[in-house]
Amino acid sequence: MSGLHEISAAFLPLTDSAVLVAAAALGFAEAEGLRLALNRETSWANVRDRMAVGHFDVAHMLAPMPIAFNLGLCPLKADVIAPMALGLGGNAVTVSVMLHDAMQQASEHRFSDAAAAGAALRHVVRARKAQGQPRLALAVVHPHSVHNLELRYWLAASGIAPDRDVEIVIVPPPLMADALAAGRIDGFCVGEPWNSVAVARGQGRIATVKAAIWRSSPEKVLGVRKDWAEAAPERLAALIRALYRAAQWCGDPAHHEELAALLARPEHVGVDVSLIRKGLDGRILALSGDAVPHFFEPFGGAATFPWQSHALWLYSQMVRWGMVSHGADNAAIARRSYRPDLYRAALRPLGAALPGANAKVEGALTEPTSVGASGGQLVLGPDGFFDGTVFDPDLIDAYVLAQAQDALAPG
Amino acid sequence: MLVIDENAARAAIIEAGLREAGHQRVTCIHDLNGIAARIAAIDPDVIVIDIENPNRDMLESLFQLSRAVQRPVAMFVDRSDQPMMEAAIDAGVSAYVVNGLAQDRVKPILDMAVSRFNAFSRLQRELAEMRSELENRKVIEKAKGILMKSRGIDEPSAYRLLRTTAMNQNRTIAEIAHSLVVAAGLLEP
Repeated sequence: MSGLHEISAAFLPLTDSAVLVAAAALGFAEAEGLRLALNRETSWANVRDRMAVGHFDVAHMLAPMPIAFNLGLCPLKADVIAPMALGLGGNAVTVSVMLHDAMQQASEHRFSDAAAAGAALRHVVRARKAQGQPRLALAVVHPHSVHNLELRYWLAASGIAPDRDVEIVIVPPPLMADALAAGRIDGFCVGEPWNSVAVARGQGRIATVKAAIWRSSPEKVLGVRKDWAEAAPERLAALIRALYRAAQWCGDPAHHEELAALLARPEHVGVDVSLIRKGLDGRILALSGDAVPHFFEPFGGAATFPWQSHALWLYSQMVRWGMVSHGADNAAIARRSYRPDLYRAALRPLGAALPGANAKVEGALTEPTSVGASGGQLVLGPDGFFDGTVFDPDLIDAYVLAQAQDALAPG
Repeated sequence: MLVIDENAARAAIIEAGLREAGHQRVTCIHDLNGIAARIAAIDPDVIVIDIENPNRDMLESLFQLSRAVQRPVAMFVDRSDQPMMEAAIDAGVSAYVVNGLAQDRVKPILDMAVSRFNAFSRLQRELAEMRSELENRKVIEKAKGILMKSRGIDEPSAYRLLRTTAMNQNRTIAEIAHSLVVAAGLLEP
């Protein structure tokens, strides 16, 4: 009992809290001499504010949130770093049955084809405009969320201006299905199990998935208060090792049944076990029944590595949508919010296969590719965006400029 | 002044405090239906929200939306006043200053909200303790009755038996009494 370092951690009821929950509940933390005390939170605003005043040491956090903290975009000031990611993918875009039918009528498509789904949505949006109907309302969970940034990316690349052609609003994940059923919103982008919950209740249909918009894309990270990290680097390293082993366990399909049961418990996600299982297996409820490869990837393909190219892309989109202005200083703050150096330092003793680079060109890998890594072979990707655009973090100025010019083009 | 709290009793206590302090325009909202329109209609200077409200992300974005067209929104009075912000979050209060009200006018409002939130939690804690105390007494009475009947002993002896068992097992008398009542229920024909 005693002798364990106590770590206070916050999480939100979502399938992608899996790595943190498994580390706390299945002995991975204890094996590293840690006791991980989990606090289930009710909002991202609470995770953010209670983290800032020191109620939590670490948190299951939206990938853009550490960047928002360090850029001074949060109401309370704190330095927060992401020394590890908590998996890749895991979100979907769900729309009302009515909108889904209208999209299919406009042009038949599969949800796994993000470009075709986007084109169908553009038809519906234009038709509504021509008929003088109100704009569609689409919900995301928080402004500083990947949900917001990837939904906007998908819309914009499909020829729909997020702030002009539709309305983007905020709704907390567990309330999405109800808001859709009540007709307050027409669709939403959220993590599992809340898409499957809406589909199972007959209130929504999957329009497309994150894994189709941007393959191998970041979602949640381990957010850590910088002062806490620096006060005891060995304690943080032990936590990263515990979470790495928990992620490895979560990534094995043989454990999905046990993992789904663990997450289904009321103190964790508190949703029917079969719905959680769907997200883990990449078989979210959709009419066409496609399985989505790597829908949610907790471990494989370096899923826990905090790529600085992820941080920079998220930052480029925060610039694009007016949350922050672009400059070399701000880009450097965003990049340094992610700390692959701490990740490597913690995991090197395990002999784990670690990426040699801190950043990669997002969209360069069209198929799974073996890359040079310390400690063994590592297979990455495929990664990249549905519209074929490539993000080279070294050319971020040009990328930001091109998107700014896009916004000025007549729609 | 707008108070958004799903706990109507606590909201009433905050409202009373604000009125005592001389703020006449106080509105409490418990139900979030149509909240955007109501915020626009009320046009508050300060918004106080219970921190456990699951809709806090949505509410924040509503204030943020109005910011683009109208006026700055800040959470709490002053980002540099760390102790006050910590006290507020410890107490479970989040507050947003909408109209750029002067700091010396907002601080007393927040101090009042924080102290009333704390007083409310203390009351709730005391109430919960009283309830469990009452429950414990009932269970102990029941356990004594079971012992008196099954062992043919008097009340003081039954109580002594409970107490020594509790001491030997390093548990409370109420816990022993509870186990006994459950066990007796299982053994009943």
